[in-house]
Amino acid sequence: MFYREAGDFKTSYKSDQETFPLKLDKVLFWIAMAIAAFVVPFFLNEYWEKAIFLPFFIYALAAIGLNILTGYCGQVSLGTGGFMAVGAYASFKLMTGFPALDMFVVIMIAGLITAGVGVLFGLPSLRIKGFYLAVATLASQFFLVWLFNKWEWTYNYSATGQINSPQRDFLGIVVTGPYTKPWATYLFCLGFLFLFAWIARNLVRGRIGRSWMAIRDMDIAAEIIGVNPLMAKMSAFAISSFFVGVAGALYFAVWLGAAEPTEAFSIDQSFDVLFMIIIGGLGSILGSLIGAAFIVLLPVLFKNVFVGILGIPTDIAEFSQIILVGALIVFFLIKEPHGIVAYWRTLKGKLRLWPFPY
Amino acid sequence: MFFLLDPFFYEIVISGLLAGVMYALVALGFVLIFKASGIFNFAQGVLALFAALTLVGFQTGQIPFAHLLSVFGFHVSHWGSGFPTIIALLFSLLVMIGLAWLIVQIVLKPLVNQEGIILFMATIGLAYVLEGVGDLMWGANVKELNVGLPEGPSEFILDTTDMFIDKLEISAAVVAIILVTVLTLFSAYTKMGRALRAVADDHQAALSVGISLETIWWIVWSVSGIVALVAGVMWGAKSGVQFSLSLIALKALPVLMLGGFTSIPGAIIGGLIIGLGEKLFEFYIGPMIGGATENWFAYMLALIFLLFRPQGLFGEKIIERV
Repeated sequence: MFYREAGDFKTSYKSDQETFPLKLDKVLFWIAMAIAAFVVPFFLNEYWEKAIFLPFFIYALAAIGLNILTGYCGQVSLGTGGFMAVGAYASFKLMTGFPALDMFVVIMIAGLITAGVGVLFGLPSLRIKGFYLAVATLASQFFLVWLFNKWEWTYNYSATGQINSPQRDFLGIVVTGPYTKPWATYLFCLGFLFLFAWIARNLVRGRIGRSWMAIRDMDIAAEIIGVNPLMAKMSAFAISSFFVGVAGALYFAVWLGAAEPTEAFSIDQSFDVLFMIIIGGLGSILGSLIGAAFIVLLPVLFKNVFVGILGIPTDIAEFSQIILVGALIVFFLIKEPHGIVAYWRTLKGKLRLWPFPY
Repeated sequence: MFFLLDPFFYEIVISGLLAGVMYALVALGFVLIFKASGIFNFAQGVLALFAALTLVGFQTGQIPFAHLLSVFGFHVSHWGSGFPTIIALLFSLLVMIGLAWLIVQIVLKPLVNQEGIILFMATIGLAYVLEGVGDLMWGANVKELNVGLPEGPSEFILDTTDMFIDKLEISAAVVAIILVTVLTLFSAYTKMGRALRAVADDHQAALSVGISLETIWWIVWSVSGIVALVAGVMWGAKSGVQFSLSLIALKALPVLMLGGFTSIPGAIIGGLIIGLGEKLFEFYIGPMIGGATENWFAYMLALIFLLFRPQGLFGEKIIERV
C-alpha cells in the first residue's frame, strides 16, 4: 500500500539500471544516509562509537572486499586477516615515516600496497581452484602474520612488538591517536564505507564485474566466450585486497589505535569476515553490510542480554555464541544460500503487493 | 656434506619424521571423508578435540554440561571416579559414531548435490558448533590425558645412539602404521570397504546397484571420527587437551595439499615430507630469519608445490569438462 511502484515509469536504459529502481527506495536511502551523517554524530558517545559503529563500518568494508573475491569471482579466500594486517602495517609505516601526510592519502596508499600483496598471493589461483585455493590462501594468513611478528622494521623496532597509531588528521580534523572525538572517527569511517560501497556497487554491475561473475559461474566456459581469466582473477584479487587493506588500515589506525599481529589479525578474523558474507549474502553488497552488522552486533547482544540482564556466566554466553554462529552458517547454507539479503528481497516483493497479494 | 656428520641432523630427521606421522594421522581423517563423499571436512581438527574431550570426560567421570546446569541451580561436577581407560575409549567410540550419524542427518543430507565449496563452508560452521558444544559439555580448561602410553625419552635409544626421542612419538608412529594397515585392509577386502570405494568412484552408479549413500556416509564419518579419536588421544597425550588441539587441522591441510586429497599413502608421505622439511628448515634456516617458521613453512612448501602439480603428489588428475 505504502511501498509500491505504480507511477514509477522507466523511460531510459539508464533509469532502468539504477541501483534503486523505485523512487521510494531512493528517498528512504538518502533519508537514512542523511540521518547517519547529520543526526547520529550529535548523539554519539564513546561506547556506541567504539563498540558498534566503527567495527560495523570497518568489517562491512572488509566484507565487501571479500565478497568481491568470493561472492562475485568465486575464489574462496581465508587470508583476509593477513591482508588486513598488511593494510594496518602499511598505514603504520606511512604514518610514522611521513607525518605530514593526510590520513586519507595514507589509507589509500595502504590499500594500494595491500592490493599488490593480494595479487602476489592471488597468483596461485590461476593454477589451483576451489578448496585447494582456499587452503593455499591460508599460507598468506600464516606467513604475513609471522612476518609482522619477526621483521622489526615493520613495527619500527618497538620493544613490545606492538604498533601504536600516532595522532594524524584528515583535512585538519584529528581522526587517529588518543585525542579523537567520537563524531570525527565515525564520520571518517562512514565516509570510507559510503565511498567504497558506491565504487563496489558500480564495479560489480559493469564490465569487470560481469567478467568476475562469468569466471565464478564456470571459468572454462567464460574463457571460451572471451573473458580473460588472468585479468578477471587478478583484478578481483587486487580490488578485493584493496578494500580489505583499507579496512585493515582503519581497523588499526582509527578503531583500535594499537595492534599486535598474532591477536589482532588472527585466523579468526578471516573466518569472521567469511561468515559475514555467507550469512549476509554471497554476491551482494547489501548482504555484506547486513552480514557485518549481524556478526558485529551478535556478541554485543549476547554480552548485554545474556550476561548483563540474565546473569549467565561469560564463558557460557561465549560458547553459546560460537554454537549459534556455527549453526547459523549451516542453516543459511542449507535453507538460504543467498543469505539474509534473500529474505530482504522476499520481504520487499511481498510489501509491494501488500495488502492484496493476488 | 658437512651436515651429515652433525649428530643433531639425525635426531632432527627422526623427530621430524615422527612429527610427520602425527600430522598424517589427522590428514588421514580428511582423506577418508573426501574420497567417499567429496567433502573437504574442515571440522576434522575439532572432531579430534571433541573426541579427546569426551575421552577425558569419561575417564575422570565428569558430568556433561555441568557448568551449564549450575546456571539452573544444579551444582554437580562429577559422578564418581570415572571409567577405566578401555571402557572410556569404547564409550568415546560410540559417541563419535553417534555424532557421525547426527552430522550426516542434519548437515549433509540436506546438502546433497551441492558444490564442494558450499559443503566446505558448511563444515567450517560445523567446526564452530562442535567447538562450542565441546567446551560447553566438558569445560574449556586444559586437561591432562593419560591413556597409559609410555612417555618421556626412550632410554634405549638415548643409551645406544645418544639421541633424544620421545617414546610417545614412537608409539604414535606404531599406532599410525597399524591404523593405516587396518584401513587399507578394510577398504580392500571387506564388502563394506568395496562399497565405500564404489561410492568414492561414482555416486550415481553406486546408488544404482543398491548401495545406500546415507549408510556409507555414516560409516565414513564414523571411521574418520575414530581416526580423529586416535589423533586426539595422541596429540592430547602429547600436549594436553585444550582448544589449541583443534588447530592441528591447520597443520594437516598442507599435508593434504602436498599428498593429494584422494590418496591415503599420499597423506602419510605428505605428512613425512612436511614434518621433516619443517624441522630441518626451522633448525638450519630458522635462526637466520627469526625462528618460529613452523607456522607457515608447510603452507609455503605446499603452495609452491601446487603451482607445479595442482593435484598434489598422488591425487587423481583434475579433469574439467564444460
